[in-house]
Amino acid sequence: MAVLEIKDLHVSVQTDQGALPILRGVDLRVASGETHAIMGPNGSGKSTLAYTIAGHPKYHVESGSITLDGQDVLAMTTDERARAGLFLAMQYPVEIPGVTVTNFLRTAKTAIDGEAPAIRGWTKEVRESMEKLRMDSSFAQRNVNEGFSGGEKKRHEILQLELLKPQFAILDETDSGLDVDALRVVADGVNRVKENTGLGVMLITHYTRILRYIRPDFVHVFVDGRIAEEGGPELADRLEDEGYDRFVHAANVS
Amino acid sequence: MSAASSQTAPAVIDTSATPTLKHDHGTVPVQTRSERFKSYDPEAFPAVTGREVEWKFTPVDRIRHFFTGELDGSRYPFEQQIDGAAVIEWIDRDDSRIGRAGIPEEPASANAWASFQEALLVTVTGEAVRLHLDRNQLGDTPRAAHTVIHAEENSRGIVLLENSGPAQLDENVEIILDPGAQLTVVTVHEWDDDALHVASHFARLGHGASLKHVAVSLGGSLVRVNPSVHLASEGSEIEAFGVYFADAGQHLEHQVFINHDAPHTRSRVTYKGALQGTDARSVWIGDVLIQQTATGTDSYEENRNLLLTDGTRSDSVPNLEIETGDIAGAGHASASGRFDDEQLFYLESRGIPEEEARRLVVRGFLSDIIQKIGSPELEQRLEDAIELELRGEGASK
Repeated sequence: MAVLEIKDLHVSVQTDQGALPILRGVDLRVASGETHAIMGPNGSGKSTLAYTIAGHPKYHVESGSITLDGQDVLAMTTDERARAGLFLAMQYPVEIPGVTVTNFLRTAKTAIDGEAPAIRGWTKEVRESMEKLRMDSSFAQRNVNEGFSGGEKKRHEILQLELLKPQFAILDETDSGLDVDALRVVADGVNRVKENTGLGVMLITHYTRILRYIRPDFVHVFVDGRIAEEGGPELADRLEDEGYDRFVHAANVS
Repeated sequence: MSAASSQTAPAVIDTSATPTLKHDHGTVPVQTRSERFKSYDPEAFPAVTGREVEWKFTPVDRIRHFFTGELDGSRYPFEQQIDGAAVIEWIDRDDSRIGRAGIPEEPASANAWASFQEALLVTVTGEAVRLHLDRNQLGDTPRAAHTVIHAEENSRGIVLLENSGPAQLDENVEIILDPGAQLTVVTVHEWDDDALHVASHFARLGHGASLKHVAVSLGGSLVRVNPSVHLASEGSEIEAFGVYFADAGQHLEHQVFINHDAPHTRSRVTYKGALQGTDARSVWIGDVLIQQTATGTDSYEENRNLLLTDGTRSDSVPNLEIETGDIAGAGHASASGRFDDEQLFYLESRGIPEEEARRLVVRGFLSDIIQKIGSPELEQRLEDAIELELRGEGASK
């Protein structure tokens, strides 16, 4: 069983006015098979946490640690983190002109596994996963994210999750911009991968809607760069009724 | 769109640590491309100073012998392969089939015209012609060449001009499409590292004719290929594509001129390039002229450059001149920039190492154009050549 552990993490971004602190001491422990919902108002630092774990160069770690089974994640480059078993499903996946989905998936799979997948089995795996995510087969020949609708981009992210088989996935607002049907397809995909691989999930979301389809084991409420409250699934239900006002208010006073 | 408007939008990206050239954008007088001086006589042109609009981005001192020097205009060896109804033959310089597509607008072109002894005539008559002409033994002597590619009425085909090996070549290429002809002309430059090549392509299109012109420039010290396309008859159409990869010290230049001179003509110009290494240079100038005669025309031109390292420099200048109020569309786009870091991050976050991610992005960027050639074998070969360039093992480095 693998463990992703974040300890007293402080992260800033560089702005014209100097370094702006965003995360102010985050502690979080996610084990295989667990689903942690990271909730909180806009600007609370949820996405910063996601991109910092993945290694985006924009975010500067001031102090603290991230380890994967004791290995120092912060010492790894972005691609090394992915090969170590971390996956970030992005809120705004970027377009890569001239690179087809087929080529991209095979290149990524080869990089992750350290060897090219056997052609026949791989082609079948890709096709089946696309069918389950209700993606038309023509997708494979399109360029990565080019001209994809919002829902198509999110399905494509989950397709990669299913094919690359990471140990931990961070889903950054995967629910945003999805209608109910698409949300269900995407959630089913995540649940399927969890069941098949024992994936650990950090589910970052502003809304509780997706938690009806992907049940969290733990809920963490992010406010002003740190975790303000933690609990079980019942905390999400409370947030649904009360919103974030209580936490935001408390943070402002302190 | 008002009549007789003119737009100039220069775009320069310079990643050199110490730029040596100064630019004075905004003080260049707007001139009408159609009124540029033309002559077959190199002596009729004033001496090139390097400040002229058509030379200001070119290191003219490296090719000065092309302007006034002696050029070997004799026959040269080439390899050919023809499928379908087409003929390749040498013709005398006074043959009436020469000089139907255009007149030189600068002295290198005029000097080549004055110096060639025989022209190579390519005549396409069939409907599924595939013709391949390979020049790879031109040698180091400065030489002039003249080629005429003539597609007869309603003929169809693809003409591949492949160039490699050593060269000091100053040449003109005429491309004549009779009514209804549909021709693809691909010119590929994979010259040796120290090769110099200056070419003017003159195309003239008849009623309803359609030309696809593709310039691929990868190898050579200085390669300057300027296609001029005269859409002289109603309903004629040009698609002009270009792809280039400049390495350290390489100068690759393409000046495209589309002359809309008849109603309902259409043009699409798309050039894409990548630059890598110290003093890798590219120049693209895209002139589009829509004359009063050219009502209901539709045109769009675009140039994009990817600057892969420091020390590279790309000049990109689209010019659009419109002399009629009645057009269906006219537009241009030019963008030169560094790598998109978000693209790299996306690929790296999927486990793809940085170097491979860069190659994937560049290959994708350039493949866009390569895939339009219409010859799977050549497309594959060029993809491989670009792969070598990206690994720093290209034909010229």
